Amino acid sequence: MSSMEISSLAKENLRKMFSEGKRFDYRGLLDYRDFEVTYDVSNKAEGSARVKLGKTEIVVGIKLTVGAPYPDSKDKGNLMVSGDLLPIASPRYESGPPGFNAIELPRLVDRAIRGSEMIDLKRLVIKEGEKVWTVIIDIYPINDDGNIVDAATIGVIAALKKTFLPTLDSEGNVDYETKTKNKLPLSEETAPLSFSFYKLGDSILLDPTREEEEACDSRITFGISKWEGQYMINSCQKRGEQTLNSEEIAKIMDIIPKKFEELNKKLKKFL
Amino acid sequence: MAFKRSDGRKLTELRPMIAKVGVVPNADGSALFAFGSTVAIAAVYGPRKLHPQHMQNPATGILRCNYDLLSFSVYDRKRPGPSRRSQEISKVTEWALSPALYLESFPSSVVDVQIYILQADAGTRTAGINAASMALAHAGIPMRDLICSVAVGKNDKEVIIDLTKEEEDYKEGEGSTDFAVAKLANSDEFSLLQLDGKIQPEVVSKAISMAKDACIQIYEIQKKALKDCVEGVQNE
Repeated sequence: MSSMEISSLAKENLRKMFSEGKRFDYRGLLDYRDFEVTYDVSNKAEGSARVKLGKTEIVVGIKLTVGAPYPDSKDKGNLMVSGDLLPIASPRYESGPPGFNAIELPRLVDRAIRGSEMIDLKRLVIKEGEKVWTVIIDIYPINDDGNIVDAATIGVIAALKKTFLPTLDSEGNVDYETKTKNKLPLSEETAPLSFSFYKLGDSILLDPTREEEEACDSRITFGISKWEGQYMINSCQKRGEQTLNSEEIAKIMDIIPKKFEELNKKLKKFL
Repeated sequence: MAFKRSDGRKLTELRPMIAKVGVVPNADGSALFAFGSTVAIAAVYGPRKLHPQHMQNPATGILRCNYDLLSFSVYDRKRPGPSRRSQEISKVTEWALSPALYLESFPSSVVDVQIYILQADAGTRTAGINAASMALAHAGIPMRDLICSVAVGKNDKEVIIDLTKEEEDYKEGEGSTDFAVAKLANSDEFSLLQLDGKIQPEVVSKAISMAKDACIQIYEIQKKALKDCVEGVQNE
């Protein structure tokens, strides 16, 4: 992927270790690092969360604004996912206009959230065709030690679950200083999670640290949710030049439901 | 009741395809590829010297792709210039094509691939990749294989190939899934996998095998267009 900063020696060592199923931190290839979620990053936001996945740390904030619906979805509120890779979080990040990685992160999260239909956008209409709530999700990594997409999705789910609508006066102005007790209309059944599978040589692993991530040749990210009792893939995107074959895809399909249950169980402790 | 597609196609039936090589005489290689009313053109310039210089790689040449919709290719005029969507598609197109190329013989240079959509009815990135793969071959870039690309998908529970815009917007039951795939024509190696929608993990292998079958047909059409253009030269 970006093997610019890792030496070929380190890469070769990691390739060898992965092929023997080993990692520097003694995890199995498909093991996630422990994560924790905390809340109230900013009391000015309608909802916010901080997720720490190993040494990777990401903050997520939710702001709500009132606006016009999109012309092609007049009966729905709007959802916007944005964010930036600020140079505070990693020597890899640079200031300036967003590069590809900064564009890709919110887009991947957006597609996982939207595809899962976790937010009932129809219930965010204030006046049909004229006024709707816009949910704006902003994602900022604070420390990138690998696997920011999966970590960001966890943070976004947590923040959405703790988001309260601000007060709307009779003229339709928003009073951000007084929050209501109304939560966002979210699906009870499911929340999506992201799983990014990384490939180096013939090995496939989950949740790499930054060093492992830099050694890998490609990555494929899936947004998974549950819908009417079934596991559903809502989004998928491969990056990097290395290809995958049908057998590898089938193997990943087998792993996904197990991993979803495992991570979802851990996440529920924090919700 | 059996599932019926709005244009009457069978579940595994591609839209009529058109493939043509040499549509941009100025370019080193070029091609047009259409799935029904989705029409893409691609032009290749290079290998040529890469600027800015700091992007040069002394070990190999690099591939640089640019994909975009022409402003009038969609009902709601698309504002000219790159969008986040087009930047993302440009990048995944690069990754989809590069496993087929040998660029090591062109150190510090770039192969530029320009892809534009003239008319959009879903499947624009896959049509663009098919056109680009032909254009690269037409330009004489050393290649391991052609790249074939197609969108497979799902309407409710039915797995279908080559979705139209109408099918992409399908809302009943499990709704619509759009799964864009590209692979090396002659090997089981997937270079593009991009999905939106709702699909069960156990259905993915069925979708993949349907895409594989479609790629065989696409490959034949690409090959024929490339051969025709060579024969055309001989006849002149």
